[in-house]
Amino acid sequence: MNPSMAITEAPGLFTADGLTGVIFLIMMAVTIIGGIIACSAERLVRAVAGLIVCFIGVAALYYFLNSPFVALMQMLIYVGAVCITIAFAIMLAAPEESKKNGPAGPLSGPLGFITAGLVTYGLIVMAMRTKFTSLPKVNGGTVKELGIQFLTSYSMVFELISIVLLIAIIGALVIARAGRNK
Amino acid sequence: MSLTLLNVIVAVVIAIAFAAVNAAYLVWAERRGAARIQRRPGPNINGPFGLLQPPLDGIKLMTKQLMIPGGADKILFMVAPVLAMAPAIMSFVTIPFSAGIAAHNMELGVLVIFAFASMGAMAILFAGWGSRNKYSVMASVRAVSQNVSYEIPMLITAITVVMTTGSMDLKAISMAQSGGFWHWNIFPSLHSPLMPISFIIFFICSLAETNRAPFDLGEAESELVAGFHTEYGSMGFGLFFMGEYANIVIGASLTTILFLGGWDCPFGMFPGVWWFLLKIYLLIATFIWIRWTFPRTTIYGLLNLSWKILIPISLFNLLLTAGLLKVF
Repeated sequence: MNPSMAITEAPGLFTADGLTGVIFLIMMAVTIIGGIIACSAERLVRAVAGLIVCFIGVAALYYFLNSPFVALMQMLIYVGAVCITIAFAIMLAAPEESKKNGPAGPLSGPLGFITAGLVTYGLIVMAMRTKFTSLPKVNGGTVKELGIQFLTSYSMVFELISIVLLIAIIGALVIARAGRNK
Repeated sequence: MSLTLLNVIVAVVIAIAFAAVNAAYLVWAERRGAARIQRRPGPNINGPFGLLQPPLDGIKLMTKQLMIPGGADKILFMVAPVLAMAPAIMSFVTIPFSAGIAAHNMELGVLVIFAFASMGAMAILFAGWGSRNKYSVMASVRAVSQNVSYEIPMLITAITVVMTTGSMDLKAISMAQSGGFWHWNIFPSLHSPLMPISFIIFFICSLAETNRAPFDLGEAESELVAGFHTEYGSMGFGLFFMGEYANIVIGASLTTILFLGGWDCPFGMFPGVWWFLLKIYLLIATFIWIRWTFPRTTIYGLLNLSWKILIPISLFNLLLTAGLLKVF
């Protein structure tokens, strides 16, 4: 669907736009279901599986936003690296049957439902009242343009992110180093 | 519209059929090759040269009862074999077999294949954990640490090739190497004098990524029964096997496109899909040859090879290529 085109009427189900919409809705559902599994699973490995489903849904949403590069990086980094590292850590450290039976916080139970309802209501009201204007496509979302933007307009952010990663690596090394001498 | 939908369906069916036929007959080739190397006949009873063995094996696997071990995590146990097969089939979509034969050529082809390949480790993790078997868990931990550590040098060498070509499009990378074997990326050029070493690194990494011997620590049968697929019988096991061979075909295709000129003829004549198929099957024959020739490494040797040798060399190669591209 052309993003700059105003939606006047719903397209038929078996047109290209209609099928795109159906796939979009499926991916929304996948993201939400994945998130619910990640939050409510009793076993940690299943929670990671839910997280993966959620990330794949998010990657598909990026693809719908006309940025295939970000979508693929989401798959490569979040699914292929982050989730695998989490699952790996769980399998190395935790016993397999550890259920999350921690003390429930003050927001569980009826109070939690009320809070969730209020937040949902607020978001819905905000979404309904906002007037959405479709913006023109800035660039093709290609790797080249992203690279140029990263090294010119957003070079500060880019450098800061790399410093954060460097600090994380050094921190991990310090922790591991102390463990080796014990 | 209906034409595009039909195109998609036909492309998906062809991709699945190609993966399945290859998986079935590569098992046969593997068994025959192993037999030849070990001086025994191998499967030669069913059909000429034993060619009916793969369909018979398939029927046998499909008619067996699907057993789920007690206490296993049922959902993950069932999902894992599918997850082993699905990413491999997805990767076939973007591989160009010749100038005109590609299901959907994407601008980011290299990235698509790596993104889906990185999901393969998930299947091994879930299989090992879902089986509720200590051997399986140990095997999956090994296999995943191996996959993660060999993904890094593989990506870095792929980036080197992408830098010299200036594109992530698999078709464009193939086209850039057309016109005789001296244009292929495997040979050193002004911008990338270490290309033969890159090729060797990439080949070793694709062996390790597909869990092939001498890097098959995940299914070391002398220590871990059968590794992560110990508890799998019938078609669950079959899917793991098909996934492995589909991944081998993907690895060989990617090596061919990145380093060996894709569908280009070595002498500049009759470029076409036959050259591509010839190259990937020669690479796969080398895979089989290596598997039955070299003994299995140890897990420490394996991880040291990646982190202490392959990653430094590939990083140095990346910097050298970047510098030379800037200078010339």
